[in-house]
Amino acid sequence: MPAMIRRAAVRAAFCVGATAIATTACAQTSAVDEIAKYRAALQDGNPAELWEARGEDLWKTPRGPGKVSFATCDLGLGPGVVKGAYAQLPKYFADADRVMDLETRLVWCMVKQQGYSEADATKNPFGGPGQKSDIEALVAYITSESRGVKMNVAMDHPKEKEAFALGEKMFVYRGGTHDFACQTCHGEDGKRIRLQDLPNLMTVAGAQKAYTTWPAYRVSQGELRTFQWRLNDCFRQQRFPELIFTSDASIALTMYLARNANGAVFDAPSIKR
Amino acid sequence: MADPMRIRATAVGDSTEVKVLMNHEMETGQRKDAQGKTIPAWFIQSVTATYNGKTVLSAQWGPAVSKNPFLSFKFKGGTKGEKVQITWTDNRGDKRTDEATIS
Amino acid sequence: MRKLAGVYLGAVAAAAAVFGCATMPTDAQTSARAAAVLKASFRANGQAGLDRLDQDDTQKACTQYAGKTPPKDVAERIEKTNLESIVWPGDGKYLGDWKNGERIAQEGRGKQYSDDPKGPVGGNCYACHQITPQEVSYGTIGPSLYQFGKLRGYSDTMRKYAYGKIWNADAYAACSNMPRFGHSGILTQQQVKDVTALLMDPESPVNK
Repeated sequence: MPAMIRRAAVRAAFCVGATAIATTACAQTSAVDEIAKYRAALQDGNPAELWEARGEDLWKTPRGPGKVSFATCDLGLGPGVVKGAYAQLPKYFADADRVMDLETRLVWCMVKQQGYSEADATKNPFGGPGQKSDIEALVAYITSESRGVKMNVAMDHPKEKEAFALGEKMFVYRGGTHDFACQTCHGEDGKRIRLQDLPNLMTVAGAQKAYTTWPAYRVSQGELRTFQWRLNDCFRQQRFPELIFTSDASIALTMYLARNANGAVFDAPSIKR
Repeated sequence: MADPMRIRATAVGDSTEVKVLMNHEMETGQRKDAQGKTIPAWFIQSVTATYNGKTVLSAQWGPAVSKNPFLSFKFKGGTKGEKVQITWTDNRGDKRTDEATIS
Repeated sequence: MRKLAGVYLGAVAAAAAVFGCATMPTDAQTSARAAAVLKASFRANGQAGLDRLDQDDTQKACTQYAGKTPPKDVAERIEKTNLESIVWPGDGKYLGDWKNGERIAQEGRGKQYSDDPKGPVGGNCYACHQITPQEVSYGTIGPSLYQFGKLRGYSDTMRKYAYGKIWNADAYAACSNMPRFGHSGILTQQQVKDVTALLMDPESPVNK
């Protein structure tokens, strides 16, 4: 925090005697700094904790037609084990014979163990006012139990390799009315859209910084948003049709980005604008 | 009954620092839904913090406070192991009280 | 969901049957499978139909080179095809109203499935470009357009180029990141003229 304030002070001093266009540049760069300061101040009292508390409750309480808790749900480290689970997802699960990300695996457990129908389990993935999403709360809790853990997504199984390869290709797929691909915004260093910095997700450094901060309490949404939501909302803004929740493409893209983030310390749920 | 608050109370020197995260929509009453209808105002109007039966903070809030409010304050005194209680009341008459032990 | 899994596994099974499980798929096969899986992972919503995932020749070619500069002959072909398809103004006038152009540049809505199809459609130009000096909230995905006309001169050739670039960016730079605003029906011809004026009208704040 002190380094950031010092940098802002230096910029402010530099901007005092600036000429016309430089003043604009100065006004705009100090706007970016101010936003960074605002974000740092927001770290305290992250409302994501409210989702984490509700998620822990949901994980431990028997529910659904089968009246069972998630104690038998295996996220990759054994039935009911939550600590460190997110940092090794997505992964291949033999019982399903496919690669799954966290949300897909939760739906699997809700259907196979708690007796929900697939429709009921996936009907409310993204919450809104007066409409809480159980999946978002569960994701908040489970990811909080990977905070501080280094990303360690394995890629040994052929289907894991395949998911990564497919995600890598999907990332550069130009489409929609605007010819956008994920790469259009996330394929170069040091770019931003309006004043929002864009990570280069095709590099390890970019993927590490970005992937380890989702899920996040999105202040502008007033909700905790998961990685499935992030992908869905990217495609909406790319003018694509709607990405289906826990679809194969969403898992492949998650595999590509999570694997590229390996080695970085997971630090979510975070708070974002 | 509304969702629980998250409260952290820490002894700092001869004071206690309290941080509270409240679960509330804090609807201003100015927004309109997709059909153009005004979404009714729904927000916390008063907040009280007590310690050992004494009020240590009293606040009147309005629609300017944002959703899922975070409140942080200090009060003089407070011993480890004792409890701090927070109560909020909203414009619909809903209430919520939670407490935390000072650590 | 069951249907998706079927398509995915079906594609895998087909590939395995033809090429044998032990063979690694080629790059082209992976690309084809990725496109198939992608298309099966979306549903139509509002004005965004599944046809939006069908690629035209430009999108197909540019996907193949994935952000790298296409080979010279491919780039030339893309630029030629796109240039030939530009719809020029019938009256030969490239400039509209720069004040409306600024509004279009600021407007970020349009063509998303969350947008009202009858609602405003903009170019969202500030998402990627610096344009007028007054607007400090600008992106850097594209180059600065500040003083666009002033730096290049106000000739008719320049006006035509600016109009053409906004209509179809790939006509001048194969596989540009910039949407083909006129070509893809995002902006109307009048709107393209208005944005051209924002860049090329000497009275526009861009050139002051």
